[in-house]
Amino acid sequence: MCDQTFLAITFGPCDNCSQNKPLMNIYLKNEPINYCSLCVELMACQGLAKGETIHTLKTESETLKAKLEEERAKLHDVELHQVAEKIEALGQFVMKTRRTLKGHGNKVLCMDWCRDKRRIVSSSQDGKVIVWDAYTTNKEHAVTMPCTWVMACAYAPSGCAVACGGLDNKCSVYPLSLDKNENLAAKKKSVAMHTNYLSSCSFTNSDMQILTSSGDGTCALWDVESGQLLQSFHGHSADVLSLNLAPSETGNTFVSGGCDKKANVWDMRSGQNVQSFETHESDINCVKYYPSGDAFATGSDDATCRLYDLRADREVAIYSKESIIFGASSVDFSLSGRLLFAGYNDYTINVWDVLKGTRVAILFGHENRVSTVRVSPDGTAFCSGSWDSTLRIWA
Amino acid sequence: MSNNNASSSSVAVVQKAVKQLRLEAKIRRINVSQAATDLKNFCLQNGHKDPLLVGVPSSDNPFRPPKSCGLL
Repeated sequence: MCDQTFLAITFGPCDNCSQNKPLMNIYLKNEPINYCSLCVELMACQGLAKGETIHTLKTESETLKAKLEEERAKLHDVELHQVAEKIEALGQFVMKTRRTLKGHGNKVLCMDWCRDKRRIVSSSQDGKVIVWDAYTTNKEHAVTMPCTWVMACAYAPSGCAVACGGLDNKCSVYPLSLDKNENLAAKKKSVAMHTNYLSSCSFTNSDMQILTSSGDGTCALWDVESGQLLQSFHGHSADVLSLNLAPSETGNTFVSGGCDKKANVWDMRSGQNVQSFETHESDINCVKYYPSGDAFATGSDDATCRLYDLRADREVAIYSKESIIFGASSVDFSLSGRLLFAGYNDYTINVWDVLKGTRVAILFGHENRVSTVRVSPDGTAFCSGSWDSTLRIWA
Repeated sequence: MSNNNASSSSVAVVQKAVKQLRLEAKIRRINVSQAATDLKNFCLQNGHKDPLLVGVPSSDNPFRPPKSCGLL
């Protein structure tokens, strides 16, 4: 897969300070130049002298916003579905529930697949975190957290640990042991500390670092071993509900979405917010990168899912229907990015053709809100978790 | 956001917003037509490998039960 995340992969001498650093590609007076992130920040600070009043700053803020819209509109020469007109339409989809995982006593809030494509970790409102074998539907491990509403859970890349958190404002890592009788809670390690609930967590490419998002409006990167905060990300003005790491081997950026209706793209090393998108009309519940890393999709309480392209820096598609009035809680792409699976609060899962913008299937089965949808790592199936306390594997 | 009476903090907030907007205004963008074409090409190139899109035979999919039961 080509590595095409927005943030520059170029490394070399900065046009301003001449030091060898990772470079950002920007325009200065319509000329393309390469500055290191430090010089870009210094340049942006010019003119922000102490004498400025709120009034002048606000005027500049309005002018800049208008200019941003104008620049984005200039490049809006065609719609995605127009480019996709000539492609063959997708045929009928037959997707059924192949497995139902029962065992949670209360609403399932989150789930994640293990990289072995077989194991799943899920968390629920009553504080239980369960590790399942999806082929046999057996429960392999179960942990009871000391808090309720465990809204976030994640499987470590090695498959040897799971991370979870929720109303306890923390993210805890539990190493999974092969001994079924061992008390997992005894080995628990508290990694992240936020000042409000934990909404989402994800391991980076290794078991050593965890990225978290919280109701306190921030995201943070932590070292698992020491529990130390490595980087924090400030920029949202309300609860951050979801985050997703870019699918590149180098893993430099991630996207987050929140109750301020904004989706922000961040540079993990500098903590800087590099791009921001605000077209949704309500809270963004879920964000997910497109498999190539050049775009991402969002699901929101305004009953739409949208696709934003990072290189064009704008929204390029909306997936909505007048008949869909309930919010989308969770989205995920199929392996090729052609299908978008979205779970809604009206108990259904809608499958969208990403390129054409049309809906190709509705999946019924859950008896309450669908809270989480994730495609398996090899793309052969996807799993949905619901407030009806079950998880379903569809293929 | 808490409402501080000290005007210096609200100036700092707006300064931060202006600084962020200046950064965002300068980034390089491409045409939607080019971005859309790249998305389309990615889908088409990887489509045949996508099990949920093209479907795999039941024998290859661990979740689908095989059609024939090899009892006899």
